[in-house]
Amino acid sequence: MAAATRILVQRGDFDIAAEVARLKALDRDAGAIVTFTGVCRGEHGTLAALELEHYPGMAEAEIERIASEAAGRWPLSGITVIHRFGRMAPGDNIVLVATASTHRQAAFEAASFLMDFMKVSAPFWKKQHRPGDKPEWVAPNGADDAAQDRWRK
Amino acid sequence: MKLLYFAWVRERIGRPDEEVELPADVTTVSELLAWLKGRGPEYEYALAEPKAVRVAIDRVHVQRDRSLAGAHEVALFPPMTGG
Repeated sequence: MAAATRILVQRGDFDIAAEVARLKALDRDAGAIVTFTGVCRGEHGTLAALELEHYPGMAEAEIERIASEAAGRWPLSGITVIHRFGRMAPGDNIVLVATASTHRQAAFEAASFLMDFMKVSAPFWKKQHRPGDKPEWVAPNGADDAAQDRWRK
Repeated sequence: MKLLYFAWVRERIGRPDEEVELPADVTTVSELLAWLKGRGPEYEYALAEPKAVRVAIDRVHVQRDRSLAGAHEVALFPPMTGG
């Protein structure tokens, strides 16, 4: 069956349990649902907040492209991606990726693939606010490019 | 053509977007970046390291050699750091 994709780019938080229930309801044969939640780190108390800027329109379109690539690679019944923007405090949810499949391998791999590609190609930018310092844009991390490279065949 | 700027590219140029009329000899992404750089110190600052700037045409990532023909919306931004 074709994967049902649900892509949301929003300011507000998401409800992980509700998203899992939605994937279960889509397909009663989905024996495996993997969820990944990206959370704002506290950086040992040195981070006051994270500000996420995005490119409205392209953010959704790019995640859609990544999801359709994942749907072509793995037998998935559902893909849910929710990426937040705006100001976040340590502990706040930033991103949710959830994948549903008959078996766990496809669900795990697809979730990992989605995150690796979102990191380097979905148009979001993080700015860190630290007490007593001026806000700073987060520099890209070479490890993210390497993580994406492992999916090239 | 509409230009959009994000993150530190937006902050350095000092505006989120603008409409521009391109000279006839500006036909590719790299020519657009070179032309923009000559528009003032804020553009020069934002584009000082052209390799650090990514470009999307009509909401799709593109390389430097891409033609601007038919483009409505061109966005300039730093490497992405979402997720």
